[in-house]
Amino acid sequence: MITAILRRAGAGLLVLWAAATAAYLALLAAPGDTVDAIVGDGADTPGIRAQIIQEWHLDRSAVVQYLDFLLRAAHGDLGRSYLLQRPVSAVIGSQLAPTLKLAVAAAVFGVVLALLFAVTARRLTSTAGLILVSTPPFLIGIILLSIFSFRLGWFPVSGDRGFAALVLPAITLGLPIAGTLAQVLRDGLDRALDEPFAVTARARGLRESGVLIRHALKHALLPAVTMLGWSFGVLIGGTVIVEQVFGRPGLGQVTVQAVNSSDLPVVLAVVILAAAVFVVINTVTDLAYLLIDPRLRRS
Amino acid sequence: MTIALDRPGAARARSLRAPRPGLAAAAVFLVLALLAALWPALFAGDPLAADPLHVLEAPSGQHWFGTDQLGRDVFARVVHGARHSLSIGVAATLIAVGAGILLGLLAGLSHKIADEALSRSFDALSAFPLVLLALLFIAIAGTGTTSLIVAIGMALVPHFARVVRAQTFVVRRAAYVTHAVAFGAARSRLVVRHVLPNVLGPVPVLAVLGLGEAILLAAGLSFLGMGPQPPSPEWGAMISEGRGYLHVAWWASVLPGAVVTATIVALTVAGRFYQRRFEGRELA
Repeated sequence: MITAILRRAGAGLLVLWAAATAAYLALLAAPGDTVDAIVGDGADTPGIRAQIIQEWHLDRSAVVQYLDFLLRAAHGDLGRSYLLQRPVSAVIGSQLAPTLKLAVAAAVFGVVLALLFAVTARRLTSTAGLILVSTPPFLIGIILLSIFSFRLGWFPVSGDRGFAALVLPAITLGLPIAGTLAQVLRDGLDRALDEPFAVTARARGLRESGVLIRHALKHALLPAVTMLGWSFGVLIGGTVIVEQVFGRPGLGQVTVQAVNSSDLPVVLAVVILAAAVFVVINTVTDLAYLLIDPRLRRS
Repeated sequence: MTIALDRPGAARARSLRAPRPGLAAAAVFLVLALLAALWPALFAGDPLAADPLHVLEAPSGQHWFGTDQLGRDVFARVVHGARHSLSIGVAATLIAVGAGILLGLLAGLSHKIADEALSRSFDALSAFPLVLLALLFIAIAGTGTTSLIVAIGMALVPHFARVVRAQTFVVRRAAYVTHAVAFGAARSRLVVRHVLPNVLGPVPVLAVLGLGEAILLAAGLSFLGMGPQPPSPEWGAMISEGRGYLHVAWWASVLPGAVVTATIVALTVAGRFYQRRFEGRELA
């Protein structure tokens, strides 16, 4: 058990190192001069250029720069934003809370809705799920906005003030997750209900709903937990677009702005952060298997 | 036959035959979309003709999808947008398929350590959010339609590479490959004549499903302003433009969005149908 955890953690570190290295290579591969990118629209004199070269260690060899980059990344220092002239960690830190709030709210909504759908309306799930998964997230957001904000006036149109402003974005982001998760759950339930233990439970006189919830659901949960790791990927990608639709502050806004102005340190930091979240979630998911399924603990 | 229906998994077998009307609808829609992309004049007039007297009009017999803030016919723009959106999707998918086959073959045919490193990175990358991968590329290469296409293509590469690698891994151990080696076939001939044709099996199905993903991603990215610039009628850009007039004219963004959704649903239905057919043949 402990070796399993250690091995997971080691693999996770490897992924993070790969992500950081890829990020560094991306910085090198970017067209144009780094000094030009940092100067941007600011004052441009030979003195300032020399200062930048010294501050960013651009005069040293690529290997030294790479090791320096890794060392600083390990300490949470991901460089300075070209555009905002602030440390990247500060830029991201200040925008993390609204995005996290949105992602957690959406995940909770998505899981609850998927469970409800898979258990109560199994026949409907596959069509509804397909449509939800195929709809661009921003379209769901726009439809919700036009009905509930503009027509009915129940929720604010944009911003991040209070619970009301969180409802529509969380639904927008949670629906596609609910769609996929419900499909996986439904397939798992269908398979579990065909198993001999379900027949036995029915033979004992259990009602169909009892068989479903007490016996089949547990088996259907395992593949659904795998999907949970996937859905965090969807959440991270989805926040970028959903924040734009609802005019919410957050990491997504920062990312879009950074991409549009080629502010690479910020984009790379977001990618590394996403990789870190991805590693943590996957490790947790793997450990969750052991909790749910005692059969896996033995081997 | 009755016994077969009671076997576990019979429910799955039944669901294989169920969605026929859906399949027919998907096929009709895809043919219409293809026609619109190739010959838009067949369905609608000028997508750029502004009419200041009929601005933001609701859908009617004359303007099926209403008009936008410049009085342009939204339906005509959607029809002409098919060419932009579909060609972006197809081009990106082709890049992903080509690079995916190359990398997958490379991983499947190389030695243990190189294969391990390559396939681990495919695994990790294909679990990573597509939007972020594409945005990363755009941040490096800059915005624009070409950059958008390449970014989407690159983001989708790991999916294809993974499958091709798995196939290669099986095929390289097949008896006919061993025979060809025994007969002294050159390595290049071995790969091109014996391995490549046999690893391509699942690729067309994946490409159809991947096209749906590419179109979805393209709409999302051009909604963020990283695709073709106005006034060109691209679907994501139209939705983004229409978003500003949502309080008075929902149709200018919702209806183009509905077309995007319909396209992706149709592609997914068609792709899954062929996937089942393909898997069925594999089993037989």
